[in-house]
Amino acid sequence: MSPLLAQVEIRERDDTCVADNGFCPDWIADNFDRYVDPFFQHVLLTVVAMGIGFAISFTLALVAYRRRWLINPVTQVTGVLYTIPSIAAFFLLLPITGRGFLTATIALVSYVLLIIFRNVLTGLDNVPADIKDAGRGMGLTDRQLLWRVEVPLALPEIMAGLRIAATTTVGLATLAFFAGAGGLGEQIFADITFKSNVVVAGVLAVLLAAALDGLILLAQRAVTPWTRAVSAA
Amino acid sequence: MNTTIAFLGQFGDAIEFIFNERESPAGGAQVGGLGEFWELTWEHLKLSAAAMAIACALSIPLGLWLGHIGKGAFLAINASNVGRAVPSLALIAFFVAYIGVGFENLTLALVLLAIPPILTNAYTGVRQVERDTVDAARGMGMTGAQIVRRVELPLSLPLIFGGIRISGVNVVATATIAPLAGVITLGDPIINVNTYGDEGRLAAAIVVALLAVATEVVLGLVQRAVTPRGLKLEAGGSARRLAIPIKRKEATT
Repeated sequence: MSPLLAQVEIRERDDTCVADNGFCPDWIADNFDRYVDPFFQHVLLTVVAMGIGFAISFTLALVAYRRRWLINPVTQVTGVLYTIPSIAAFFLLLPITGRGFLTATIALVSYVLLIIFRNVLTGLDNVPADIKDAGRGMGLTDRQLLWRVEVPLALPEIMAGLRIAATTTVGLATLAFFAGAGGLGEQIFADITFKSNVVVAGVLAVLLAAALDGLILLAQRAVTPWTRAVSAA
Repeated sequence: MNTTIAFLGQFGDAIEFIFNERESPAGGAQVGGLGEFWELTWEHLKLSAAAMAIACALSIPLGLWLGHIGKGAFLAINASNVGRAVPSLALIAFFVAYIGVGFENLTLALVLLAIPPILTNAYTGVRQVERDTVDAARGMGMTGAQIVRRVELPLSLPLIFGGIRISGVNVVATATIAPLAGVITLGDPIINVNTYGDEGRLAAAIVVALLAVATEVVLGLVQRAVTPRGLKLEAGGSARRLAIPIKRKEATT
């Protein structure tokens, strides 16, 4: 009846190992292509949610950095969004946005807002006052100070927030199939007692999280060369 | 305008479902109603509480001890990074496939999920106690055990409870997929939508969301209550900030 519960038969049971729900390298080698599409759906969900989440929370943080009274309301609203379990969020959104990628993305975006907002704000707040004074003394306007001094110096915290958000989003995106958006979780759910299936899909998700984490770390090294120079000295 | 009415209608149906039982769309049994939701919520809370109790009993002493002797930073800090990278669905699926279904097995899976943030925060909590304070305690003649119990533990309680709060909300959220492992929690109407219908599923989503927010609020109040008065004064009443510590290296989110 429901498309969600239409369990997909993902294997033939002619092999004993497979019939016993075992961990079967041969089956994995033969069936790896089943995981390619869900993997890329997973990547897309994660990257889109991260991109939109970053755009919104970075903007909110820049505004709240100047208008401090905004910090509390923004933290509280994003805090509630962060607390609502994503699986509940998917179904709360269904009547409004329907099944599919959009619903999954909204839920995932709402989850990363708090993480990135806090980290951007902390990064900006941690810029030493004398550095800002020096910038002003050199005649920088507020806007120039923000983009040339404060944001660059806040990058380590901002990137740390992105790393946390990325690994968390990969994990939550395994539940996105509840919203009809596919991903590796759909593979896991399709045959949850089959060891080979669970291991391949689970390991792919962990590897994706580790890879994104590593990529953001590399990007951080690239955009903050001064931190390297200091630690090398 | 029509869509607005339509979706209010669905939410209205879902709320109605929580309070009054009705016949299952699959026929036969009665589903919904306060009695059933109370049972599902009770099972949900029992599972979450069992997992949290075991996770606290294991990770708080370990974190305090590692923090006290100043060793195991790599383990304590990376526990939460690794924990975050393993999707909860994958963890539970792994347990179902390799260890089995049922309350005990699932509790164990949730314990693994709950340990990292508490362990990391207990360790970090002890490490961020000023060395001068610890030296002063030692100078007063306190033994190692006394220092842990009377100085390091009270001063790290806010962070420890921050960790408990993160884990608690996460465990309550993850207990929603418990029916996959044969434990009938509030996730049952979500996963067995054929029995409960769309209203039942939406109703369960509403209750799960409320339960998670309630967990966050209650644990937040506990966190405030256990924060030593001196720390509250120092932090200017910003105990809330400790719940989701910011810097990756210092504590976990």
